[in-house]
Amino acid sequence: MTAVIDPSLNAAATLDELSTVSARRRRKNALMTALMSLAVAIVGIVLLLVLSTVARKGWSIVSSEFPKWFTKDIQLSPRRPGPGMKAAIVGTVVATLTATAMAVPLGIAGAVYLNEYGKQSVFARILRFLTNVMAGVPSIVMGLFIYVFWVVPRGVDGLNSFSGALALACLMLPIVVRAAEEMLRLVPQNLRDASFALGASTSRTALTVVIPKAAPGIISGGLLAVARAAGETAPLIFTVGAAKATNWNPFKGTNTSLSLQIYANAKESFPTAQARAWGAAFTLIVLAFMFTFVARAMSTRFSRNAES
Amino acid sequence: MAVTLDELSGKRQIADRAFRGVTFAGGAAIALILGLIAWTIGNKSSLAFRSEGLSLFTQRRWAPADNVYGALSFIYGTAVTAAIAVLLAIPVSIGIALFISHVAPSWLKRPLVAMIDLVAVVPSVVFGLWGIIFLAPKLAPFFTKVSGWFHGVPLLGHVFGKASAGRTFLTAGLILAIMITPIITSISREVIETCPTTDRDGALALGATRWEMITGAVLTHSAGGIVGAVMLGLGRAMGETIAAALVIGSSPAITANLFSSGDSLPSVIAFEWGEATSDVKRSALIAMGLTLFLMTLVVNFIATAIVNREMKRVRGES
Repeated sequence: MTAVIDPSLNAAATLDELSTVSARRRRKNALMTALMSLAVAIVGIVLLLVLSTVARKGWSIVSSEFPKWFTKDIQLSPRRPGPGMKAAIVGTVVATLTATAMAVPLGIAGAVYLNEYGKQSVFARILRFLTNVMAGVPSIVMGLFIYVFWVVPRGVDGLNSFSGALALACLMLPIVVRAAEEMLRLVPQNLRDASFALGASTSRTALTVVIPKAAPGIISGGLLAVARAAGETAPLIFTVGAAKATNWNPFKGTNTSLSLQIYANAKESFPTAQARAWGAAFTLIVLAFMFTFVARAMSTRFSRNAES
Repeated sequence: MAVTLDELSGKRQIADRAFRGVTFAGGAAIALILGLIAWTIGNKSSLAFRSEGLSLFTQRRWAPADNVYGALSFIYGTAVTAAIAVLLAIPVSIGIALFISHVAPSWLKRPLVAMIDLVAVVPSVVFGLWGIIFLAPKLAPFFTKVSGWFHGVPLLGHVFGKASAGRTFLTAGLILAIMITPIITSISREVIETCPTTDRDGALALGATRWEMITGAVLTHSAGGIVGAVMLGLGRAMGETIAAALVIGSSPAITANLFSSGDSLPSVIAFEWGEATSDVKRSALIAMGLTLFLMTLVVNFIATAIVNREMKRVRGES
């Protein structure tokens, strides 16, 4: 705003001399500006407090147990210390990757339908609306849904990483659809027109022109969904069971995850369990931030490409 | 030379239709899953509904040992914690959104947006862990002190009553407020930034201070969108499970006292699932899930409708 006013003022007088704004109004303006800054400061401080606590307490156990933290299974008794968190790291990776393999292709397909075929048709509009509604369904409801729909008919054998991945995929799907459609919309229409003019069909245009052009953006949206899914706890409570040993197989046997280990250990009053919870939280946050960082870097590059 | 144009287009049409079918399936999956959720969860809750009837919602006593399942205190806890969260998050989120779009120098905008996004990336269970081990023990003496100040004061003496521990309705509300701040901020900011420059310059040219310009031009322009953003935050707060489950204290209560431990719908499902061995109890917990699903569905439906309408309006589409 000052930029708008300044040039005219440079020569003659300062803002104060020119201003007829009463002291009361100026005070109110200053007060409100201060309150807005305060809002930013509050969130900044809370974020810093959370991250520094996790980093401090988490690093102390991860570094003191290194490298066993990453190579050994989880201690069976909550009151005894050590040795590792490998089972949970593997469980998180397996469930998240399985969920990604389901949700991302399906979500991209849905986005292509909405942006290339459905466009502004009534059905596409309804689907878009439902996507937003589905994004707001609580994660615990997704877990209950998969429990009732998938785990119950299979009995004890139903408790495995794949069931957990189904619940996570339900959570990721609307995020991927929204992000991917946003990116497809950024692809310039004249690229499509050029492709059509060469005689290409809609499917060929989508597969060889539109999707490749939007790919970096879509991947970045997908990574954000992955980061979100990796941190989820509620959908896994009902679906993956409770294991303490490493299990790479998504289809057979119970499993665990970093988030489940944090949840279970946070409820304990033993210092050893709490230390384990901080360590798992540290590991999980580092994982989630890595995904997010890569996603951000890609989307920045993509938006620069789209502009040029 | 062998294929004619007609044959070619025939083959291509099949490929095109197949592709269209695949993408259609992707879109339809959303509608299908939403329908399946309602149907399967509704189906599984029927056992609890048959055994409890409507008292499932009107009864406050939750005593699985006696086969009594009343959800009223959980519904109350969900409503109270979500309300606290939204009340705390509204001024902070809107303040941040306004700061980023109207106060911050341009070099500061991107780091601030990144900071808010970072809050959204922290997993909810990590907030819960921080709340239960770090924040709650620090809040407990503070709660006791505050309740001492208001002791004997009518009304407020009840709201800030005796503090049971650090894990209370208010603690849960605080943690939820942090968690819904990013979503309210980002959507508010999106709406706020569509305010036409002409409106803002007009207000400034009339001699308005920055704050008067914000209330007169920006907020009147974006009020609808901000309401939608707040509703989305409310839906998120009601459904947020793990963080709330860890800090709410898990002892069902209906009381005006914010310093009392309580329980909420998502929290009781997560907390008691492991101990739920009887069919009726599992069904009752699934019925809690159904209640939560319907509550958030209504809120999100309204929120999405408002946000869609407002985004169209502020962007000047028909």
